[in-house]
Amino acid sequence: MDQLQLLVSGLANGCVYGLIALGFVLIYKATEAVNFAQGDFMMLGAFVALGLTNAEYMALPFWLAVPLSIAVMAALGYLLDLLILRRLFGQSQIAVVILTIALGFVIRFVAGVIWGHEPQTLQSPLAHGDLRLGGVTISLADLSVIVVTVLLTLCLYQFFQRTRLGLAMQAASQNQMAAYVMGIPVKRVQGLIWALSGATAAVAGILFASKGAMDPNAGLLGIKAFAAAVIGGFGSLPGALIGGLIVGVIEPFASRYLAAGYSQIAPYALLLAVLVFRPSGLLSQTRLKKV
Amino acid sequence: MNAPLLEIRNLESFYGPIMAIRGVSLSVEAGQIVTVLGANGAGKSTLLRTISGLMDPEKGEIHFNGRPIHGQEPHHVVEAGIVHVPEGREVFPLLTVDENLTLGAYTRRDTAAIAEDREKVFAYFPILAERRHQEAGTLSGGQQQMLAIGRGLMLRPRIMLLDEPSLGLSPLLAQEIFAILRRLNTEEGVTMMLVEQNARVALDLAHQGYVMEIGRIVMSGSAARLRDSEDIRAFYLGHQETGQRGEKRWKRKKTWR
Repeated sequence: MDQLQLLVSGLANGCVYGLIALGFVLIYKATEAVNFAQGDFMMLGAFVALGLTNAEYMALPFWLAVPLSIAVMAALGYLLDLLILRRLFGQSQIAVVILTIALGFVIRFVAGVIWGHEPQTLQSPLAHGDLRLGGVTISLADLSVIVVTVLLTLCLYQFFQRTRLGLAMQAASQNQMAAYVMGIPVKRVQGLIWALSGATAAVAGILFASKGAMDPNAGLLGIKAFAAAVIGGFGSLPGALIGGLIVGVIEPFASRYLAAGYSQIAPYALLLAVLVFRPSGLLSQTRLKKV
Repeated sequence: MNAPLLEIRNLESFYGPIMAIRGVSLSVEAGQIVTVLGANGAGKSTLLRTISGLMDPEKGEIHFNGRPIHGQEPHHVVEAGIVHVPEGREVFPLLTVDENLTLGAYTRRDTAAIAEDREKVFAYFPILAERRHQEAGTLSGGQQQMLAIGRGLMLRPRIMLLDEPSLGLSPLLAQEIFAILRRLNTEEGVTMMLVEQNARVALDLAHQGYVMEIGRIVMSGSAARLRDSEDIRAFYLGHQETGQRGEKRWKRKKTWR
């Protein structure tokens, strides 16, 4: 029963990692760049929701604040691509990586200036209440994290498989030149992917903030999500989710059964193991091009 | 005589500081196959990339159907009815054959006609119908080339720009592809601009031909005229002449310079 309890809380954490990892993978697939500000996007999404709904700020109803903050983050993602990243077109990937790291710092400090550096709690209706299933207690927050993550992943999957735009996004990420000559407006499609990953980050942020207090440094969690994305096989959406779940589940078990110093490194030890034994990740989608 | 479907005037294109096209003018009449011959690095692919908007020209004009299209984004060029089949079988490797074809019709909305065209592509390339649910990356090289051409057809293009469709294929497969291109031209009236290194098959297929060297057009004319030209025979078709004393003339000069 004890293990089951650990598993549930690990899965809930893992879902948040998985959602951030989804954002990493979306952008990596579309633009072959890694957005190291993805964790900070998540944090910013949480603070935007917090600013909209908390009593001491704008005090909007929670269920209005959620779609609003998702829209704000989507717009921010699109504008970042339009105004900043598109200007780096043709530069080396390193330039993009450094830019996104810098963006992460900027977002962290801007959030600190607006909302302060103290931890704050999102006044979310999801934050209170427990469910008892057999001997296992699940908080409403953990349950909603798991449910929303599963639903969102299914929606994204359907979107990529069934819609014209989703197909175009896959095409643009698999072969940019061929996408261009098929008449797909590649730059606009990439902007929309940034918007999508901004929206995903907002969802992750709201869910994460429902589980506990937020402060502007919460974005550093993105490092764990990055590890999750690599474990899952960078470039695979289901892989990102599975990687997130693995990292999330390992953490509570490691801190329970390993000495304090070792538990922190467990996710990264796994990352190393994956990189050594299966360098393309658990669910890799890379295939060599035939010449 | 009607105005040509595609007309290029004094086109100049750069790769960074390198001038890849140095003032090219050519025209393609509707319903014809026009081939551009030339060695590696002559600028043939750059020419196609400039037409399709993947590269912007520095100078010169491209008119399609009487409208200027130079310097436009690729998706505007596609909407005008120009489809570029790039060299090297650029398919979407993780999508199925069917999905690749769907993307060929990305700019079209007429669902019923798209379904018709899909059947037409399958009629020309029966192997694609067999493999329609397979990922494109798992196809053989020849099948990928067929898919790239079929995907181009899905646009119902007014002109196809074909970049080395025979590259890396066995002679037999290349022959098969060229036979299908000929059928497409005679049965469907598809206008084509064909870039090739294999001058023999290209001149057999084409109505008109141009020869490019280091970014310039050095020769042009009907395919029959080019086939008979001494220079083409010597440098592109590989005929060896023997001199008066029965020795090979290794140091023959091209006469167009």
